[in-house]
Amino acid sequence: MLMKSTVTMCRAATAAILGCALLLAAPAWAQNDDIPRTPSGKPDFSGIWQAITSAHYDIEPHAARMGPHPGLFGAHSAIPASLGVIDGGRIPYNEQALRQRDANRANALENDPLTKCFMPGVPRANYMPFPFQIVQSTDVILIAYEYAEANRILYVDQPEVTSQVDAWMGHSNAHWEGDTLVVRVTGQMPDTWFDRAGNHHSWEMVVEERWTYNGPNHIDYVATITDPQTFTEPWTISLPLYRRMEPNVQLLEFKCAEFSEEFLYGEWRKEGTPIGNPPQ
Amino acid sequence: MKIRVLISFAAFLLAGSFALAQNGDYQVPRTEWGQPDLQGVWNFSSDVPMQRPQRYGARQFLNEEELEERRAQIEANRAAADAAAAQLVLDPEAPEATSNPGGYNDFWIEVAGLGDVVRTSHIVHPEDGRIPPAVEGAPRQFGGLGPDIPGERPVRYVVGGISKDGPEDRGLSERCIVGFNSGPPFVPSLYNNNMQIFQNQDTAVILTEMIHDARIVPLVEKPALHDDIRLWSGDSRGWWDGDTLVVETKNFTGYRQTFASTGTDYDMVLTERFTRTAYDTVEYEFTIDDPSTFTDRITAVVPMIKVAGQIYEYACHEGNYGMTNTLRGARVDEQRLAEGDNLPERD
Repeated sequence: MLMKSTVTMCRAATAAILGCALLLAAPAWAQNDDIPRTPSGKPDFSGIWQAITSAHYDIEPHAARMGPHPGLFGAHSAIPASLGVIDGGRIPYNEQALRQRDANRANALENDPLTKCFMPGVPRANYMPFPFQIVQSTDVILIAYEYAEANRILYVDQPEVTSQVDAWMGHSNAHWEGDTLVVRVTGQMPDTWFDRAGNHHSWEMVVEERWTYNGPNHIDYVATITDPQTFTEPWTISLPLYRRMEPNVQLLEFKCAEFSEEFLYGEWRKEGTPIGNPPQ
Repeated sequence: MKIRVLISFAAFLLAGSFALAQNGDYQVPRTEWGQPDLQGVWNFSSDVPMQRPQRYGARQFLNEEELEERRAQIEANRAAADAAAAQLVLDPEAPEATSNPGGYNDFWIEVAGLGDVVRTSHIVHPEDGRIPPAVEGAPRQFGGLGPDIPGERPVRYVVGGISKDGPEDRGLSERCIVGFNSGPPFVPSLYNNNMQIFQNQDTAVILTEMIHDARIVPLVEKPALHDDIRLWSGDSRGWWDGDTLVVETKNFTGYRQTFASTGTDYDMVLTERFTRTAYDTVEYEFTIDDPSTFTDRITAVVPMIKVAGQIYEYACHEGNYGMTNTLRGARVDEQRLAEGDNLPERD
């Protein structure tokens, strides 16, 4: 819109050609398209983003269904329907991995690592119902997730910086393919899941993410998952990410370690000891 | 010949940069947005005491003689440690001096200090380098690696506990809620004194290795966060003062201490200044202003030294078997006592 009205103004005022040229050139990102760019011309993904999807319940297509402990939570714990985010619809599990998925799902609330406030891993962190912030520099990009204070460093054009030890958020090497940021994520712990429905992977998983602007406030996020121990072939998820537009939006804290303590350690609490701290 | 020229040129550059660093003319590199570039992984380990020994009075720096003494002491300590290690090799059957196996060996411990060792203390204000008197009634609470010290919740210190009745009775680092050295502010401690700075035009991020806390610092005008929103790491706003990044942080939870086992951080205003004084050094200065805890502000200077390496993911909570073992052990002890067993003596 800004571009269109600027062009109209320029046509109307031919005498001010030079001034209009300067106006058109003013924002660095307005030169060739309408996406933000760094001074060196790369798409600048900096900002606060969030997915709007029910994929965090289950990344496969599913109808709405009963949630855990309906007698206690009623409709609050019910699982909303979703078209899913997988190209082709279903995860190509091998037979053994599918059995494991079913076992996970049978007791998903207790088994989901997020019930314990463990870091979600990639790609799950990107489509949870929590915002995340990208701070893009030149050689490194930080992605800070509100959930569990998880974060990851993307090493841009530094293939020599490799995964030294497995990590819950993995190790991310990035490079540019035109205006797409391609990130290869390796070295992830085998313990993370894709969703609350027990979908899982092994330590061998490699995730290739592709981040591409689709207008100034949307990112097309595509991730291809390869894991020969778990899947019969690579498979891909895709979903849009939305820029959080509220004025003064900022990432807050969700240090959920304290919220998971009773779940994790309550069994060993001395009988009668109160839960939690007095308010300040 | 070519190699010799290159070496000479490199030596010239090195000598030149050293000279520049020494005379204060160091030119801070710039980011692609033209701002001072503080980015990288930095280590803030130190063997300088936080508080100044009283014999130094108002003097901030050691003199030559004292520096020599200090270096000799460091060497002597190293030699003693080496000798003890060698003795173990020579006589592995020698009886242990204590039944306590200890927690960490020298491999883990970062007390050598990579940077500036010439200070008499990190604290530079008050002038005597000492922590100022606490305000009357400010809470004090002491933790540590020894036996539990009974007290009231909330436990605001990082290590130790008031009991083993529930997880809330343990220190905040034992619960994996905050790192024991990463504050804010950063305080040199036993190990993993590492942090990384990220920057772009309108944001800086201070990432701590301990418990992977990414403190996001907007460098643009932004209204203050609502007073009801309280954060363990506080809410930060930043700006440039020349080449110095200034970060002001408030809105703390009140569930941590202000400083030195004293106070609650609820009203604390923390001001940090990051200044790159050489290629490999960021001078880190922090000021604690909390009139409900201390009768004066506290300012300390801690050098941070560039580290050629990566920050690793310190997945504290995910691996916190210690909390289960601590609580479970206490319940087992109680059960054994109830059954009339004697508990073994523990250090």
